Amino acid sequence: MTDAAALAPAATARAAPPRVPVLDVAGLSVQFRTRSGTVHALDEVSLQVHRGECLGVVGESGSGKSVTAYAVMRLLDPAARITAGRITFGGMDILAASEREMADLRGRELSMIFQNPRAALNPIRQVGMQIADVLVRHGGVTRAEAPARAAALLAEVGIPDPVRRAKAYPFELSGGMCQRVGIALALACRPALLIADEPTTGLDVTTQAVIMDLVLGLARARGMATVLITHDLGLASEYCDRTAVMHAGHVVEAAPAADLFAAPRHPYTAKLIAATPQPGRALSDLAAIPGGLPDLRRGDLPACRFLDRCERAEPGCAVPPLPRHLSEDGRMVACRHPL
Amino acid sequence: MTALLEVQGLQKRFPMGGGGMLPCRRAAPSFLHAVEDVSFTLRAGETLGLVGESGCGKSTLARLLARLLDPTEGSIRLGGQEIGAIPAKRFGAIPATRPGAMPSTRPGAMPPRAAIQMVFQDAEGSINPRHTAFEAIARPLRQLSRLSGAELRTRVERTAALCGLPAELLGRFPHQLSGGQKARVGIARAVATEPALLVLDEPTSALDVSVQVVILDLLRSLQARTGAAYVFVSHDLNVVRLLCDRVLVMYLGRVVEEGAAETLFAAPAHPYTRALVGAVSVPGRRKGEERVRLSGEPRSPIDPDPQACRFHGRCPIGQDLCARAAPPVHELPGGRRVACHFPLTAGAMAAA
Ligand SMILES: Nc1ncnc2c1ncn2[C@@H]1O[C@H](COP(=O)(O)OP(=O)(O)O)[C@@H](O)[C@H]1O
Ligand SMILES: Nc1ncnc2c1ncn2[C@@H]1O[C@H](COP(=O)(O)OP(=O)(O)O)[C@@H](O)[C@H]1O
Ligand SMILES: [Mg+2]
Ligand SMILES: [Mg+2]
Repeated sequence: MTDAAALAPAATARAAPPRVPVLDVAGLSVQFRTRSGTVHALDEVSLQVHRGECLGVVGESGSGKSVTAYAVMRLLDPAARITAGRITFGGMDILAASEREMADLRGRELSMIFQNPRAALNPIRQVGMQIADVLVRHGGVTRAEAPARAAALLAEVGIPDPVRRAKAYPFELSGGMCQRVGIALALACRPALLIADEPTTGLDVTTQAVIMDLVLGLARARGMATVLITHDLGLASEYCDRTAVMHAGHVVEAAPAADLFAAPRHPYTAKLIAATPQPGRALSDLAAIPGGLPDLRRGDLPACRFLDRCERAEPGCAVPPLPRHLSEDGRMVACRHPL
Repeated sequence: MTALLEVQGLQKRFPMGGGGMLPCRRAAPSFLHAVEDVSFTLRAGETLGLVGESGCGKSTLARLLARLLDPTEGSIRLGGQEIGAIPAKRFGAIPATRPGAMPSTRPGAMPPRAAIQMVFQDAEGSINPRHTAFEAIARPLRQLSRLSGAELRTRVERTAALCGLPAELLGRFPHQLSGGQKARVGIARAVATEPALLVLDEPTSALDVSVQVVILDLLRSLQARTGAAYVFVSHDLNVVRLLCDRVLVMYLGRVVEEGAAETLFAAPAHPYTRALVGAVSVPGRRKGEERVRLSGEPRSPIDPDPQACRFHGRCPIGQDLCARAAPPVHELPGGRRVACHFPLTAGAMAAA
């Protein structure tokens, strides 16, 4: 179960002094109890992120990306049950922390930006005041200093005329501007880890590029660790150091981003890349992925949940446990017949 | 060969309601210029891409073309017939002349609603949740093609099969279908009446890449069979590239560049097109590669200055002139047009 826990720097860490990851998710399993059965949303998910590193998490919708993020933030739906695993953040056991400790952590050390920036903001409070509130509550800033600090943060995320914009309400700002405010809010207290869940999905490509430059630029400058959740392989490959691919609640492959795209090892990763439109490829060069995610309410889910969609599958693939091969080059692949 | 669709000087302005809340009340009423002076032609079997950032007027133009919205000014001719002046309400009510009649685009014949159909981004929201897939596909056939009984059933089943929907799914309601299946229903409903023009507004934006390819393949094979012309709206250039012969790039309601898809992407002539093409992310691209970035925010679409380029302020190569005069339209070889004072023509000429 924990053979995948030492995932990230497998080869290098043994020689060099061990790097302690900022975030260590080890063998995390999450289920949801619903009226129509138990949803096996995550099954032994392991991820690590180090200081200054950006980890991409990709996969089609329903693969468990958001559930993983919410578990780390301890913001899971009450119907969720964590049935196995550990989440360690900066040496602290997240799953054992009290609600108060978590509230404090979320404001200060652990931040998240969401897909819908407007929904994450208070619609009836000026954006500058919202940032000021966070600074006062978690950042040890006085009420008197807070407005100026908030304006400085808005300037840092590239909002022109920040003193005046601080007085705007969310509805007065464009989607791109709201996402910048969301970023300013998330970064107000200089967190050690930022989780960005599809931060640019509703935005234009031109805005998307600017926002990603901004987030990653600030992350690098501050040595912050970042988890970028996205369904866009191109975005992950361009901005992340490492990429984890999720499918139906499993991390099926994790590798340095460039290696993953150059030479995928899990059949699902290869198919995702083959389905992604990109310059130089005609429609006939692309291949859809047959089938869909299995029903995660099934009681008899096979060990490999990609089985039904995979050409390389053979009967043994259904038999637990799902192998998680770690290799010297820092890659992990959860497949009996990798490429 | 004559064009199927000819659009000339098309304009849509939305009046902005009373200025009571504004600090300084304006004397003249305000208008949001959603679509300004758009002209193009489209042949049967051709696919025209419509790209640009959100709010630039793609959906408004799509709805004007599909005659779901009335233009403020301008002309839309389908098969030589002026349809821009028919109020959208009446346009939708013109029935087929006889049951099962093919929509006509012959000059002189009134093209019924059936000749132009639209596919929406949000298949979920555009299909009545109380209708089965069968009913969703049957409705336009019943209302526009006046089919019923066995004839209707046959036609629905044939269309569904054409769109890769197994007959056993036809009894299902939208919530019982996957995203890809819902997209197929939305397309089947639109192609059921065998339209000459299909307007597709971000038909795959809500889909995972794993199913997107199937839907794009479906659209292409349908076009090969029916010879319909497509207007394909998308903000994803990588998708537009796959399907479109020609592309219109819009910025704040105006067409800034038009050209063959391949040459336009390879050598953009407008600085906005260049920024758009440069912002596309590509799997496996090296990190830190130099890319054009747009700074600043778009201008307001409300009562824009007619004497300025709408891209001015964000344009990386803008000069004083751009704030004082609207850009001229340059005609380049290969049917390429660019509206800019300082087009990046060297590359564009080479590519043309
Ligand atoms: N509150 C919930 N109740 C039941 N099932 C849920 C709940 N939240 C998420 N799930 C299920 O968990 C799986 C993973 O969802 P999610 O993490 O949101 O996927 P994504 O990768 O698109 O972010 C899906 O099958 C989803 O239906
Ligand atoms: N019914 C309407 N009333 C007023 N303004 C509208 C209406 N529909 C669209 N608009 C405005 O017209 C502009 C173009 O919108 P739209 O065509 O939806 O753009 P796109 O599809 O490119 O995102 C936007 O500024 C939008 O707010
Ligand atoms: Mg999600
Ligand atoms: Mg739109």
